[in-house]
Amino acid sequence: MKFLRKQLDKVKHSFEKGGKLEKYYYAYEAIDTFLFAPNTTNDVKGAQIRDAVDLKRLMMTVIIAMVPCLLFGIYNVGHQHFMAIGQAKAAVADKIVIGLWQVLPIVVVSYGVGLGIEFVFSILRKHPVNEGFLVTGMLIPLVMPPDIPLWQVGVATAFAVIIGKEAFGGTGMNVVNVALTARAFLYFAYPTDISGGVWTYLGDAQVVAGYSGATPLAVAAETIKGENVVAALNTFGAGWNEGVFTLQNLFLGFRPGSIGETSTLMCLIGALILIVTGTGSWKIIVSVFGGAYIMALLLNLIGGSPFVELPAHYHLVIGGLAFGAVFMATDPVTAAQTETGKWVYGLLIGMLTILIRVFNPAYPEGIMLAILFMNVFAPVIDYMVVSANKKRRIQRATV
Amino acid sequence: MGKFIRLKKGFTINLKGKAVPKVVETDYPETCVIKPTDFHGIYMPKPMVEVGDSVKAGSPLFHDKRHEQIVFTAPVSGEIVEVKRGEKRKLLEIKILADKKVEFENFKKFSVSDINNLNASDIKEQLLKSGVWTNLVQRPFGVVADPTATPKAIHISAFDTHPLAPDYSVLFKGQDHYFQVGVDILKKLTAGVVHVNTHATSEISTVFSQVKGAEVNKFSGQHPAGCVGVQIHHLDPINKGEIVWTINPLGVIQIGKLFLNGVYDASRIVALAGSEVKNPQYYKTFTGASVKKLINENLNQEHVRVISGNPLTGTAIGKDGHIGFFDHVVSVLPEGDHYEFLGWIAPSTKKISFHRALGLLSFLSPGKERVADTNTHGEPRAFVQTGVFEQVTPMDILPTHLLKSILAEDIDEMEALGIYEVIEEDLALCEFVDVSKHKVQEILREGLDLVQHS
Repeated sequence: MKFLRKQLDKVKHSFEKGGKLEKYYYAYEAIDTFLFAPNTTNDVKGAQIRDAVDLKRLMMTVIIAMVPCLLFGIYNVGHQHFMAIGQAKAAVADKIVIGLWQVLPIVVVSYGVGLGIEFVFSILRKHPVNEGFLVTGMLIPLVMPPDIPLWQVGVATAFAVIIGKEAFGGTGMNVVNVALTARAFLYFAYPTDISGGVWTYLGDAQVVAGYSGATPLAVAAETIKGENVVAALNTFGAGWNEGVFTLQNLFLGFRPGSIGETSTLMCLIGALILIVTGTGSWKIIVSVFGGAYIMALLLNLIGGSPFVELPAHYHLVIGGLAFGAVFMATDPVTAAQTETGKWVYGLLIGMLTILIRVFNPAYPEGIMLAILFMNVFAPVIDYMVVSANKKRRIQRATV
Repeated sequence: MGKFIRLKKGFTINLKGKAVPKVVETDYPETCVIKPTDFHGIYMPKPMVEVGDSVKAGSPLFHDKRHEQIVFTAPVSGEIVEVKRGEKRKLLEIKILADKKVEFENFKKFSVSDINNLNASDIKEQLLKSGVWTNLVQRPFGVVADPTATPKAIHISAFDTHPLAPDYSVLFKGQDHYFQVGVDILKKLTAGVVHVNTHATSEISTVFSQVKGAEVNKFSGQHPAGCVGVQIHHLDPINKGEIVWTINPLGVIQIGKLFLNGVYDASRIVALAGSEVKNPQYYKTFTGASVKKLINENLNQEHVRVISGNPLTGTAIGKDGHIGFFDHVVSVLPEGDHYEFLGWIAPSTKKISFHRALGLLSFLSPGKERVADTNTHGEPRAFVQTGVFEQVTPMDILPTHLLKSILAEDIDEMEALGIYEVIEEDLALCEFVDVSKHKVQEILREGLDLVQHS
């Protein structure tokens, strides 16, 4: 390691002030600090010691929490592919190969485009390369359909990083979740490519007889009045993918959907990592699930259509609710920042998600829009919590 | 009756090298230094001595140009050897070459019964003249107390929860009588009560538990339970326009000695602590004394940072530096100016962390004493993580929002968010735990200065 350090020290001076490559200092710094934790010490006055945590480590923790979703997603993309083409007995290895073949390029494009833009911005605007994109770069592939054209991934990532983040001043300053901005961009810019039968990778193969690319949300929404929605879900896939939408299977995640969102179980493992490490707010995760459940229960009471009557617990395992609750809503920059505010923020995300799902015919899934919407409202929630704090102080003074 | 207050939030940093309860007598220090920079709220310190003058303990060294009656006096007798100035001729320190035996300036002496008959203006006059006054710190802002003000209460924190904190029962052993007299005198300066705030779970020295005429409160919980600002917040919070004074027990004892013996006795016991000290223990020395003799041949290695004060709020002074006016501990930590290969991700049980993020395993054995160096462990970033400051601030205050309002220089917002209730030490733990490595204490002081001078 001493050799590596020596090499870095050798080139360092040309990046420093007055050096030939001064312009590229922050690009150099990003690489240097990635390889070696810097040798900076605390100021003469103030805290002489600092906690061992830093933003790099924090972001890495989030990435680790996403790994179960990623690995499962890779397997599932292959699994759904073979189910759709009628080769239910395909080997696990084949499924993984197909999955890797589809997923890895998306991950590479997302990181490549995003980090490239980050480096360019850090050089132009003379600020350090922020670690925020390490997480965003992994989130984007996980919310993409497996069949997405790579150029769309690139365009969406570029849009999200430039308009969603850098325009506001970089990591820590953005108003809406960057990964969801990418997803929303695709949704509104290329609606036909991100709806319908895109949730299963088919390739050039011929689909099996009886195949339908519908998602459980679509099945539930299309159940005709008078039919039992649970029965409709349970019987879906008969003949080519038996029991694909049973409650147990929905929870485990062997179903079509965005790459990383299908498995509630894997999301919960991620949630556990985030909560135990204190990286993600448990208050937000719990309250999103809670809000969704409460809203769904209320709708069950009102009744009216099969979708409205879908049992509340089904709502927690279909669509991207779990993934959104665990990895998107908990983004500390765009979420409510006060502790009380986090409860309100999560609760409203959960409730809005179900409302959008059930009542808005244009959007089969509500979690993306619910989170983006609440991202915008998070400062209002915080404003109210902060006002209450100020009010307590004023009241104390006048008593 | 005092109150019992249980604090749930906070974090105690358990460092290696705490001083063992043994007090060593030292030779007289070669030099003593008084630094105007140890005090806040001095408009312009103006020296009253020149190089070559000889002074006694209690002789004036400098005063504040705006409040001429507030004088800062010599802790020992000797000869002035240096008047150090910085940029724009700002006075930085006055150095005294100490005599082998301290000679005292004589102030009025009182018997216990005389003291009961004293009035506030007599007391203030004697305190101001002797320089003992400068022990009184005024909140809001943590400045030298204003002699014309009458505080609504006076608070004394009788324990310290900082890392490497000295044990107050060692520092103030046998000073019961002086402390009592000090409290009696302080009572005459406030319209309200004198609070003595003790720790609920450790043994309390009789100095504090037996004191009469003061409210003895108990606090339980982790650091910053010992910070007087946190205690005030829970006992009798400071609202806009209100004034509260704080003083550490040594100041109270100095007041007692001043009135009973007629001298400014600046002798003090300091703890020499930290992982790099061979024999961490207590030393009897003087306010402003040079640390050179204390650390000489008492270090495990030479690449260290010597800090006057504790590792959270102290000031690096160098190996031949001098102890700050308010400090009871000299901490010696390893200097952290080294690179660490993949240090941002390598797992470690040795590094101290409040967080449990990937690979930070110190939470598994919280009771273990650890070594901390002065490395920043990361680079400064924008605010990202939320909710952490709140977990280490046991007050109804939103530190993140307060800090942001200071960065935005929004004075109304700072007021509304409670800037009057805090000074640096109360939020020092936020600086420690901050993922984005903000200079919380520096930012807060900028805010305090802004509000104070607006």
